[in-house]
Amino acid sequence: MENESGALSRVSGLFSARGYNIESLTVAPTEDPTLSRMTIVTSGSDAVIEQIIKQLNKLIDVVRVLDLNDGKHIERELMLVKVKASNQYQDEMKRISDIFRGRIIDVSDNTFTIEVTGSSSKLDAYLESLDSESIIETVRTGALGIGRGDRILKA
Amino acid sequence: MKPEIITGAEIVIRSLQKESVDFVFGYPGGAVLNIYDAIFKQKYFKHVLVRHEQAAVHAADAFSRATGKVGVALVTSGPGATNAVTGIATAYMDSIPMVIISGQVPTHAIGEDAFQECDTVGITRPCVKHNFLVKDVNKIASTIKKAFYIASSGRPGPVLVDIPKDITAEEAEFIYPDSVALRSYTPVTKGHLGQIKKALDLLLKAKRPMVYSGGGVVLGNAAESLKNLIDTLGFPITNTLMGLGGFPASDEKFLGMLGMHGTYEANMAMQDCDVLLAVGARFDDRVIGNPDHFLSKPRKIIHIDIDPASISKRVKIDVPIVGDVKSVLDDMLESYGDLKKDHNKDLIKPWMAQIKEWASEDCMAFEDDGSFIKPQKVIQTLHKVTNGEAFITSDVGQHQMWAAQYYPFDKPRRWINSGGLGTMGVGLPYAMGCQLAFPDSQVACVTGEASIQMCIQELSTCKQFHLPIKIINLNNRYMGMVRQWQEFFYGNRYAESYMDALPDFVKLAEAYGHVGMKIEKSSDIEPALKEAFSEKLKEKLVFMDFITDQTENVFPMIPNGKGLSEMILAGDS
Ligand SMILES: Cc1ncc(C[n+]2csc(CCOP(=O)(O)OP(=O)(O)O)c2C)c(N)n1
Ligand SMILES: [Mg+2]
Repeated sequence: MENESGALSRVSGLFSARGYNIESLTVAPTEDPTLSRMTIVTSGSDAVIEQIIKQLNKLIDVVRVLDLNDGKHIERELMLVKVKASNQYQDEMKRISDIFRGRIIDVSDNTFTIEVTGSSSKLDAYLESLDSESIIETVRTGALGIGRGDRILKA
Repeated sequence: MKPEIITGAEIVIRSLQKESVDFVFGYPGGAVLNIYDAIFKQKYFKHVLVRHEQAAVHAADAFSRATGKVGVALVTSGPGATNAVTGIATAYMDSIPMVIISGQVPTHAIGEDAFQECDTVGITRPCVKHNFLVKDVNKIASTIKKAFYIASSGRPGPVLVDIPKDITAEEAEFIYPDSVALRSYTPVTKGHLGQIKKALDLLLKAKRPMVYSGGGVVLGNAAESLKNLIDTLGFPITNTLMGLGGFPASDEKFLGMLGMHGTYEANMAMQDCDVLLAVGARFDDRVIGNPDHFLSKPRKIIHIDIDPASISKRVKIDVPIVGDVKSVLDDMLESYGDLKKDHNKDLIKPWMAQIKEWASEDCMAFEDDGSFIKPQKVIQTLHKVTNGEAFITSDVGQHQMWAAQYYPFDKPRRWINSGGLGTMGVGLPYAMGCQLAFPDSQVACVTGEASIQMCIQELSTCKQFHLPIKIINLNNRYMGMVRQWQEFFYGNRYAESYMDALPDFVKLAEAYGHVGMKIEKSSDIEPALKEAFSEKLKEKLVFMDFITDQTENVFPMIPNGKGLSEMILAGDS
């Protein structure tokens, strides 16, 4: 969509006004600074998804809409997790992070901060495998998506 | 050529001139003083000073509905803009092309809770087609150009341009673009020919075809194209409330309006048809009632609309055709030429007989023993006295439905009402917009004693601009439509729907410098209307206060949540 002030609120306003569900929404400018790209994760029946796409297309600032689920695509989300750094959790935490290819990016006397990337369900699985007592704070970007191979979304 | 360096305010004026604007409806205030100063010095358009910003937007909206041009309103920041919101939302719901210019506090003060600051772009975002905040004097002209283009193309709608005060004082070169290209906005016009052929194929095989057309035919200037197609096919047709006049009501193929207060024959035919052609209509809740009930009968549906999002929104469509309705209807008629030889017009004879039988119910008949003024009779007489040629505006309530039911329209853009938002108070400002656009035509505002009081201050505007509107006040001393629902669905508990302490409307009209009439006898209806529309009162606004039967209800009626064939008729107890 056009990288204009207010464009984001037009999209989020559309979802709340029409009662559509937003699971996550990420947005940032693209290599063309006049354009922003947004990835929205939503859910609904086929009819609802069809309406969402049509309503988004109606917004003047929206250039193109692509339903990534219509074809092969890659989905990634980034999560930062801050956990307690007590001896009790340390080894277990390192082992699990290795399995999920997480990286420790900050260490203090009391905390570790780990970065994990992957599909949203992988991040969920990672959190589930940690001892919930050990988790201090989490922050997630929401999913980003891109089509595989020749499948592209361009203005 | 020497570059033309002028102020932002002058750029606004010149841009409006470039768009051939004839009228700007507005109300001044601090943030638009520079623009008003520029208005003082110009002669391109006439400024119409209303008495409330809501009325400015309604009047500009009606100007657009009556003429097809883009209506323009101008309001100040803060309360000026918030007062305009009802008008904007009303126009948005009925897809009316409008440009609203609002003043804003100076750019450096935005966000500081400055005097008369409000987030106008934020407040109006959900009820405009698009809006802009202009922060650079060099962008005023191109933004106004975009605003007119967006408002009037594709599915039309209101566009707001918010301009901070400091920007209107700064200077820039005036360059008005000849055209606009927006990569993110490319409305379709032509319909898909393959789909059009598919649709015709279905239509020609139909045993029980039905056509249902809405506001899109009126807005898309497609009435003539629709008439040509329907005359060729010989199919029955109904109009929505917004679509009235889109097909001549006096044509024998016309079954009247459909929907919540539609005719028996229109609703039954809509329910029982095997192929339905929907043209510029959107299957809304007041039209098809309960969608599940509607879908319980199998039928194929063809839907022509400029807005893809209107297709398959409430009802699944078999043959969608996205495009400008006029262009699609013309293409359809052209394609018919090739298929003509296969068209067996006898196929629908039994269906037409069935429709005739439904029509013999005479669902619009009403009892009239002459002891009270029947509102239906007032409208019928209005039709007679104006030869069916008047512009009729209405407010919202029972009177609106009676006007729609008993004033048959043969031409588009003559019936001006708020169908989507259902805004009480539009009637009088709507009449102003029509009368200014067509000074020599008869304009009548059909209203109720509750609705008229929502924009009554405009009687003053009418005096200032010499607008000889005839106000037909169907005074039942009740918010009649509310009372009707309370009678049917709330055990006759008339909570807060009685209109107590009504003003003396005759004196009120006189106080504003107009003519007032109070009509209390059924036998006086015709003489009074004749007098109001006579040569003698041609130059005068006449406020006609008809004291009508308080207990009258609008029939037929589809109760909320019920289906099209589940109407309550006047005879049912
Ligand atoms: C601004 C606004 N407020 C409330 C309503 C709800 N409403 C619909 S019809 C109606 C009563 C209208 O009364 P009146 O103008 O006397 O018309 P009548 O139904 O009696 O003909 C009301 C309150 C509305 N449509 N618009
Ligand atoms: Mg009333």
